[in-house]
Amino acid sequence: MKLIIAIIQSDKLDEVMGQLDEKEIYLKTVSNVLGCGRQKGVTEVYRGVKEAGTLLKKVRLEIGVNDSYVQPTVDAIIKGARTGSIGDGKIFVLPLEECIRIRSGETGKVAIG
Amino acid sequence: MPKIDSGDTAWVLASTALVLLMTAPGLAMFYGGLVRRKNVLSTMMQSFFILCLISIQWVLWGYSIGFGPDVGHLFGNLSWFGLNNVGLTPNADYAPTIPHQLYVLFQMMFAVITPALITGAFAERIKFSTFVVFSLAWATLVYDPIAHWVWGKDGWLHNLGALDFAGGTVVHMSSGFSALVLALVMGRRKGYPRITPPPHNVTYTLIGAALLWFGWFGFNAGSAVQANELAVSAFINTNTATAAAAIGWVILDWIFAGKPTILGAATGAVAGLVAITPASGFVSPISSIWIGLIVAVVCYIFVVVIKQRLKYDDSLDTFGVHGVGGTIGALTTGLFAQKIINSGGADGLFFGNPHQFLVNAIGAGSTIVYSVVMTLIIALILNATMGLRVKEQDEAIGLDNTQHKESAYTLID
Repeated sequence: MKLIIAIIQSDKLDEVMGQLDEKEIYLKTVSNVLGCGRQKGVTEVYRGVKEAGTLLKKVRLEIGVNDSYVQPTVDAIIKGARTGSIGDGKIFVLPLEECIRIRSGETGKVAIG
Repeated sequence: MPKIDSGDTAWVLASTALVLLMTAPGLAMFYGGLVRRKNVLSTMMQSFFILCLISIQWVLWGYSIGFGPDVGHLFGNLSWFGLNNVGLTPNADYAPTIPHQLYVLFQMMFAVITPALITGAFAERIKFSTFVVFSLAWATLVYDPIAHWVWGKDGWLHNLGALDFAGGTVVHMSSGFSALVLALVMGRRKGYPRITPPPHNVTYTLIGAALLWFGWFGFNAGSAVQANELAVSAFINTNTATAAAAIGWVILDWIFAGKPTILGAATGAVAGLVAITPASGFVSPISSIWIGLIVAVVCYIFVVVIKQRLKYDDSLDTFGVHGVGGTIGALTTGLFAQKIINSGGADGLFFGNPHQFLVNAIGAGSTIVYSVVMTLIIALILNATMGLRVKEQDEAIGLDNTQHKESAYTLID
């Protein structure tokens, strides 16, 4: 079992979700995050005071998958999120020790869905 | 026996409500959007609670000191305490066609918003208890006397002929310069200016600015205390100057900040509203355009250049917009006033009467000196006894939590 964490551009979320749906990967958690990598920030100005934007708005996807689904998930995310420029984001694949479905108590491969 | 005019009374009733709107929620939202989310409630509470405090202070002793029987041309006595002898028949000196108590209430809303403006200077770091005492003391010792000088029967600036239609000196200069004193006495917020927190919600600030613009028609046009040509004059001047100032600030932002900003448009509009306040019943609409453009330039310089260079923490620019804007208003009134607009006024310097400019300058100068000295005394006494600032740790946690045990926004449900 693996936990896939993907940080993507906010406006790419719809496309990524679409690609994941096509591969029948439905279970996910999405959150708004701030992040920076090698992308330059946007400077904002308030009454002449410049706020140097180093942290940018990104979206974070967390998906728990069985090992056989890792590659399809990664492919789907990349297909939906890649633009070719700096700021596309990153995907982390972490080993997942256990997964438990709260409703039924099922564990392991069955629980991941 | 003065006769009540229903048109005048209806208009002043409406204006009274409009000016209340300027404080709550107008100013509350304007300032609320500018602070960090952890301080938004405390900022709004300050405006809202001042409305409550002065509503009582005014009917007890505030109106009497501001408008009551004159003592040495400096303030009114307390014979009108608790609205004693202030009934529903008109007062011929102040507003002969509306009930006296309506005039009281109309003036009350000015007495409310003035200390509320000062809250911008000490945002995010004042102790609530000290703030309450300060507001009452300031209203009584600074606002009420200055109101008497300019608007009270036999007030010395009134007798001198200073022209201040709706309160450029009384409201904006007094609060603006007092704000600067407080900002300096209390010191900068922690981390300022290296850390200058951006507004947490510019949409609130814009909504607040729009409410202020709307309510200001009551502030200025209502000050005619009649539903007549003068009210219309003040109305059109108010709108024109405000629009000119907003456009002016947007252009300056476009040039110097790179883009036109919404905050700039909102701030410019408020600066215009401030400057046209003393002038609104005395100048022409074309003069209003000039006044708007002039105040946009001068306030921009104070807010964007001078404040950043000198690094004083006038957090929400009360001095930069109201203090400076009010001064520009007082002086431009002395330049642009025309007797043909308002025969009760006078001509200004540009229309052949340099004396008016001088008189208005005296009014402005005396307001500055008195406000600064008196506020300094009040601030130093309160700082030594109650303490003005919250503890450093409380400032870091946020005033909503530490002063009010509340949260503006729940994060999870």
